[in-house]
Amino acid sequence: MKIVVLVKQVPDSGAERNLRAEDNTVDRASANNVINEMDEYALEEALRIQEAHGGSTVTVLTMGPERATESIRKALSMGPDGAVHVLDDALSGTDALGTSKVLAAALKRLEPDLVLCGAESTDARGQVLPHMLAERLGVAALTGARKLTVDGSQLTIERQTEEGYEVVTAATPAIVSVWDTINEPRYPSFKGIMAAKKKPVETLTLADLGVSADEAGWAGALTTVASHAKRPPRSAGVKVTDDGEGGTKLVEFLVSEKFV
Amino acid sequence: MAEVLVVVEASGGTVKKVSLEMLTMARALGTPSAVVFGDAAGLADKLGEFGAEKVYVASGDDVESYLVAPKATVLAQLVKDVQPAAVLLGSTQEGKEIAGRLAVKLDNGVLTDVSALEPDGTATQVIFAGSAIVKSKILGGIPIVTVRPNSLTPVAAPVTPAVSNLDVAVGDADRLAKVVERVAEAKGARPELTEASIVVSGGRGVGSAENFKLVEELADLLGAAVGASRAATDSGFYPHAFQVGQTGKTVSPQLYVALGISGAIQHRAGMQTSKTIVAVNKDAEAPIFELADFGVVGDLFQVVPQAAEEIRKRK
Ligand SMILES: Cc1cc2nc3c(=O)[nH]c(=O)nc-3n(C[C@H](O)[C@H](O)[C@H](O)COP(=O)(O)OP(=O)(O)OC[C@H]3O[C@@H](n4cnc5c(N)ncnc54)[C@H](O)[C@@H]3O)c2cc1C
Ligand SMILES: Nc1ncnc2c1ncn2[C@@H]1O[C@H](COP(=O)(O)O)[C@@H](O)[C@H]1O
Repeated sequence: MKIVVLVKQVPDSGAERNLRAEDNTVDRASANNVINEMDEYALEEALRIQEAHGGSTVTVLTMGPERATESIRKALSMGPDGAVHVLDDALSGTDALGTSKVLAAALKRLEPDLVLCGAESTDARGQVLPHMLAERLGVAALTGARKLTVDGSQLTIERQTEEGYEVVTAATPAIVSVWDTINEPRYPSFKGIMAAKKKPVETLTLADLGVSADEAGWAGALTTVASHAKRPPRSAGVKVTDDGEGGTKLVEFLVSEKFV
Repeated sequence: MAEVLVVVEASGGTVKKVSLEMLTMARALGTPSAVVFGDAAGLADKLGEFGAEKVYVASGDDVESYLVAPKATVLAQLVKDVQPAAVLLGSTQEGKEIAGRLAVKLDNGVLTDVSALEPDGTATQVIFAGSAIVKSKILGGIPIVTVRPNSLTPVAAPVTPAVSNLDVAVGDADRLAKVVERVAEAKGARPELTEASIVVSGGRGVGSAENFKLVEELADLLGAAVGASRAATDSGFYPHAFQVGQTGKTVSPQLYVALGISGAIQHRAGMQTSKTIVAVNKDAEAPIFELADFGVVGDLFQVVPQAAEEIRKRK
């Protein structure tokens, strides 16, 4: 089975994140850039499938600027065989729809049986990409998986819903997006980190993919961020120390705010 | 005025609150039309009460037995037919997924997690764990946006809706992901997490699954939904479906009560836009106090039972 894992580099959600004043895009230069957390779970799932099914390959696919190379190497240190990096100056300013166009073109070239990705990215929180890709490629999308079973070419997932869960099936080729409930990602071993340095990373430009520069980046974007502002930080209100009456005081506050 | 299509979210024959919020939002943009996927029985009255002049219904096996794709196909056809001023969907997993497919089909931009939409198409989004607000716009197309639950208060504007059935003409590409089973997991009478006007959440400080009864008790006294931090769900104190935060649900209730939660940035990402925040934590330095309107520094095993008792007394 040929597996491709989509890995996005994002600014660390545990630190302060900013938009750039000049063009309202994510300030990646000042951020600590990391692998989107959900994508680590997608990587782990791919490696487990590879371990269970002999003859499988796992390829990482990233669209992102030069510095995304660090995340690609980090992903490779977990165990995948190689990576493809879509890298082109004309990609700056690409929106979700444009990203799906570029990644779909790359996937057409790679012809995977199975695409694994995160259910959402921590910066965009879009949750739109897997279905956009499926729509463009005409393949099945099994999204929001908390469990994935592979039986030959038949895939089955459990998808968490508000009411419980759904069991959804599809045949490969397919895209499966995963939540963090699906597994526990491995830590790269020392050997893995050393090996990652030598693994092949193919760089592709928009021209390589047959996507014209005006279909991506600023030129192709169908959405724009017109302005941004820091949200005023919440200020601390009243803080009381429990002296035996803390619960009562809490309720008095709730009553004064008409919640009780 | 042009129609505004509102894709209805419903569960067990009841319209979800986010749908009423979207109908209210839609009225400022045009004439609201509701789109129902699946069984519409009993929904039309409620949708009319909140201003839906039309209710379009698409039901049947093709819509209900496959994941997302058929819904997007039906919706894309409807958009072509009625040329709406905007399409609003809930910012839920399925709402975002339909929106994504619709955007590709129509080659139209899409904006997710929108909390306000102005008649000129300018959308407001709160991003980065609630630390920034952006104004965005879709260029040269119709606003296709997903609306964050609890972004506005639904206001009734009763009309009698005209209900019509939509043709469901889907292709093989829409029938690739088949839903073979729907399993209901135990769900009490509590309101749904993202829709609740009050949420009471417990964290690692609650200590065990057993002790979560304390969180549930306070929640029930307040008519609230129960939430949990990731530390609590990871430790098995409470099911994952109730996790609040960056990798869980985003909630925006009138009141959020955090019990034994430190207030890590990833937790704040899911609750920072709550109107009022109350915290109980025994560590006076816990970051949750930086955003709490009312904080009690104390042991939750003392404070919560006392609060519960006090509410009972006052009722
Ligand atoms: C990529 C990523 C994504 C994440 N996503 C999420 C997410 O979606 N949601 C989320 O919640 N977290 C998330 N986290 C985890 C987050 O960083 C914190 O680890 C987590 O929120 C901590 O949960 P907690 O506050 O319950 O536990 P702790 O940080 O351990 O805090 C427990 C608190 O309880 C207090 N306490 C203990 N006993 C008592 C008592 N008897 N009475 C009163 N107070 C008491 C302690 O003083 C402490 O402040 C994420 C982390 C990462 C790296
Ligand atoms: N630029 C990108 N390169 C590779 N994968 C991506 C990129 N953007 C998004 N993805 C994948 O799509 C998933 C969902 O992203 P989103 O729709 O932005 O929330 C992520 O978890 C990634 O797996």
